[in-house]
Amino acid sequence: MAEEKNYKIIQPDNSEENKFLKPENYKREVTAPDGNTFIVDPLNDYFCDAKPQPHAPNTIKVVEKFLNWARSQSIWVLGFGTGCGSIEIYPLMTPRFDAYRFGVQQRPTPRQSNLMIISGYLSVKTLKRAIRSYEQMQSPKFVMALGSCTINGGMYWDSYNTINRLDHYMPVDVYVAGCMPRPEALLAGFMELKKRIREGKGEGANQYAENFDWYKANQKKIIKDWNMPDYNW
Amino acid sequence: MFHWTPDRSAFPTAGPDGKFDFDSHKLVKIWHGPNHPGVTGNMSLELTISGDEVLESKTHVGYLHRGFEKLYERRTWIQCFPTVVRMCVPESDSNEYNLSAGIEELAGIEIPEMAKWLRTLVLEMSRLQALLRIVPAQGGTVGLGLGVQWGVYLRDLILDRFEELTGGRIYHMYMIPGGVRGLLPDGFKERLEENLILVDEFVLSIKRLMLDNAVFKKRTVGIAHIPVEWIDKYGIVGFVARGAGVKKDVRLDYPYLAYDQLDFDPAISTDSDIYARTWIRWNDIITTVDLLRQIMAKMPKKGEFKAPTPNVLHWQVPKGEVYVRSESSRGEYGFYIVSDGSKYPRRINLRGPSYTHAVSLLEKMLVNSNISDIAATMVSLQTCPPEIER
Amino acid sequence: MKEIINNIQEKFKISEVTEQRENQYFISVEKKDTIQLVTYLKDIEKFTNFILLTAVDWIEKGQFQLTYMLNHPSKKLDIGVRTFIERENATMDSAHHLWEHVATFQRELKEMFGIDFPGSPRVDEPFLLEGWDNIPPMRRDFDTKKYSEETYFPRPGRSTNDPAEHMKKKLYPNE
Ligand code: SF4
Repeated sequence: MAEEKNYKIIQPDNSEENKFLKPENYKREVTAPDGNTFIVDPLNDYFCDAKPQPHAPNTIKVVEKFLNWARSQSIWVLGFGTGCGSIEIYPLMTPRFDAYRFGVQQRPTPRQSNLMIISGYLSVKTLKRAIRSYEQMQSPKFVMALGSCTINGGMYWDSYNTINRLDHYMPVDVYVAGCMPRPEALLAGFMELKKRIREGKGEGANQYAENFDWYKANQKKIIKDWNMPDYNW
Repeated sequence: MFHWTPDRSAFPTAGPDGKFDFDSHKLVKIWHGPNHPGVTGNMSLELTISGDEVLESKTHVGYLHRGFEKLYERRTWIQCFPTVVRMCVPESDSNEYNLSAGIEELAGIEIPEMAKWLRTLVLEMSRLQALLRIVPAQGGTVGLGLGVQWGVYLRDLILDRFEELTGGRIYHMYMIPGGVRGLLPDGFKERLEENLILVDEFVLSIKRLMLDNAVFKKRTVGIAHIPVEWIDKYGIVGFVARGAGVKKDVRLDYPYLAYDQLDFDPAISTDSDIYARTWIRWNDIITTVDLLRQIMAKMPKKGEFKAPTPNVLHWQVPKGEVYVRSESSRGEYGFYIVSDGSKYPRRINLRGPSYTHAVSLLEKMLVNSNISDIAATMVSLQTCPPEIER
Repeated sequence: MKEIINNIQEKFKISEVTEQRENQYFISVEKKDTIQLVTYLKDIEKFTNFILLTAVDWIEKGQFQLTYMLNHPSKKLDIGVRTFIERENATMDSAHHLWEHVATFQRELKEMFGIDFPGSPRVDEPFLLEGWDNIPPMRRDFDTKKYSEETYFPRPGRSTNDPAEHMKKKLYPNE
C-alpha cells in the first residue's frame, strides 16, 4: 500500500550531536506540488526559537505589590509526580491536610499551572520531560523541590542515572527537606513560597531567562538524547 | 436505552490483509504520560490510534530508574535496607520483608515467634493502606473522585499507626534480619481497632458509592477482559489471576510467617474484567481487616522480637542463592538474592507483578480498546512503575 | 521434586544440583542445553509459570550466570536453571517463543548487561535508559560512583556521618 512519498530524508552526518537523533527528526527534502524543492528541519522549523525574555517588574510599586499578592494567592500545581515524594501529594490534596485552604490546587496541564513540584529524585529520562513541562508553563512560574534527592542527590548520590543537584538545571524557589517530606512540611513550604512571592523574590522565570545559556549547557551535558527544540514554547 | 456509537466511517481503515500500515503517516500517535493524570505513576504509553481506538500500544518505562541493583554492589547487606524500601513506594514493606527473609534463609537464622507475628501485622497493615488508596482510585478513573477523598483519609490514619510503631509514615525499615526493631507501643491495638471500625464503614459506603453505581458498572463491566489462558502465558499473578478464576495467593500457596495459623479465603471471580478486579480488591479490604483482627487476637503479648545476628558492620552472609516471595497487594512479589560470601551482596533482583502486567500484558490488552478506558485498565492492573525499573 | 530432578538428570547433563528448600532447587546446565531444558520443563514437567530471567556478573571468572526461575503452579515447586556464558560478546539463545513476557526480561538484560538475544522482539530498543553511551551499567566493571561524580555536579560540602563507629560502641562493645 506504500504510496509515492513527496519527500526524501537526508541522512545526518555521524557527528557526536546526531548520535541519538531520531529518524522522525531527520532533515528532509520536500517536493512541493509546483515542483519546487525545499528543506524542512522538523526540530527547528515547526517551533518558535525565540529565547525567553526576562520580564521587568511593573514600574508602579503599588501595582507590582498587588500583582505579587494576587500571584501568591493562586498557586496552581502541575500534577507531575516525578519521584517517591508524589505519594504524599494525595494526603495533601485530600481532607486531612487540605491544601485547597491555601489556594493551592492541582492542574493536569503545564499551560494552566504556575508551580512545578519536583517531588524527589530525577532520572535523566524524567529530567528531559520535566524541563519540557517547565518551559511550557506560563511566567511567572515557580519550582518547589522536595527531599534530599533534589538538594544533593540524597541516597542516590552515587547512582548513574539520577541527577545530584536540581538547581543546575532549573531555578528552584523553595526546597523542602526530608526523606520524604511530610505533608505538614509541604504546607510550610507553600507558606514560605507565598512569602517569597509577596516580597517579590519569586523571580525563577527571569533567572532562567537571564542564565538561559548556562542552564541549556548543563541540561545538554547529561541529556544526550535531546531530540527536541532548544526552547519548548 | 439510549445508545450512541460514533461515526467511524471516516477513520483510517485497515488494508486488504486486515493490517494497518503503521508507516503511512496517516495514523495519529499520542503519548499517554508521563505527565498525565490518568497514568499510574511515572510511566508512559505510546499509542497509535485510529479515531478513538487504540491500534498499537507500547509501554515506556525507565522514568524512575535509579539503578538500585547496581548500588547494592557498593553497599553492605545492612546498608541495603534504607534503599530497598524505596523500590516500591505505595507498599514498601514487602521489600524489607523479602530482603530480610532472604538473608535469614541464606544465613540459616530462625526468627522468634513474636517477630513473626509483628511482621505479619505490618505486612497486612501495609496491604490495607495500599488498598485504601487504590480501590477508590478505580472510581477516580471514571470520574468518581469522592471515594478517593475518603480512602486517602483513612489511609492516613493507618499511616499514623505506622508512625507510632516504626517512626516513619511511608518508609518504615521496621524489619531487619533476625526480626523486627521493636514491640507494639501501649494502647496500639485499641487505636488500630478504632481505625478498623472506620474502615468497616468505609467498605459499606464504597459499595454503595461505587460498586452499585450504574455509571461505574457501565464503564467497567466487560471492559479489559483477560482470558484464563493468558495466566501462564503472561505470568499473571495476584488479584488479576484471581479475577480470571485462578486462585493464586502466596499466603495460601507458600505460607510464610504466621499465615498458616490464620483463617482467610481471598475472593475469586471468573468475569475477569475491570469490575471483577475492583470487586476482588474491595473484598481484599474486608479480608485484610479481618486478618488484622485475627492477628491482634492471636498474637502473643510479649516475647523476644529479634534473634541474635552477627555483627552487621562486617556480616558475611554465606554463599548461596535463593528466591523468596511474598504476597503484596498486587500479587506475588519476589526477590532473587545471590551472595558470594562477601560483605556485599552479589545480586539482588526484584521481580514485581507489574513487570509483566504493565509491559507485555498491558500492551496486548490495550489493542482495540478505547482511549477513555486506558486509565481504568491501568488502575485495574494496579501497575506500579518503580518496581519495573527499580 | 526428587523425582523430577532424577528425570532431568536422565535426559540432560546436569553439572550441579543445589537444594535450597525442599520445594526450591537450583540446577546448572550447559549453555547449549538450556533452552531445551526449559522447554522440557515447561511442556513435560509442567513448570508452566515463568517467574524471572536474570543475570549475575561473575567478573572474576569472566562469566555471566543466567538464571531462569520456573514455577510449578499446582505442585508448588520452584526450579532455577543456571547457565554460564562467556562475558566477552555474550550471546544467548532467545526463549521468547515460550512465554510472552520473556522478551521483556531479555530486552532489559541486553541493555543492562549487554547480553544479546538474537531474534527476540524489540531487543535492541532501549528499555530503561535513554541516550546511554557508556558500557552497560550493570556490568561490574562500570563504576557508578565515578560516573556520577563526573557527570552530575556533586554539591560540595557533603559530609558523611558514618554510623559505624557509633554502632560499634553501642552494639558490639567487646569486639
Ligand atoms: S528524598 Fe527520599 S523520599 Fe524523596 S525522592 Fe529521594 S529517596 Fe525518595
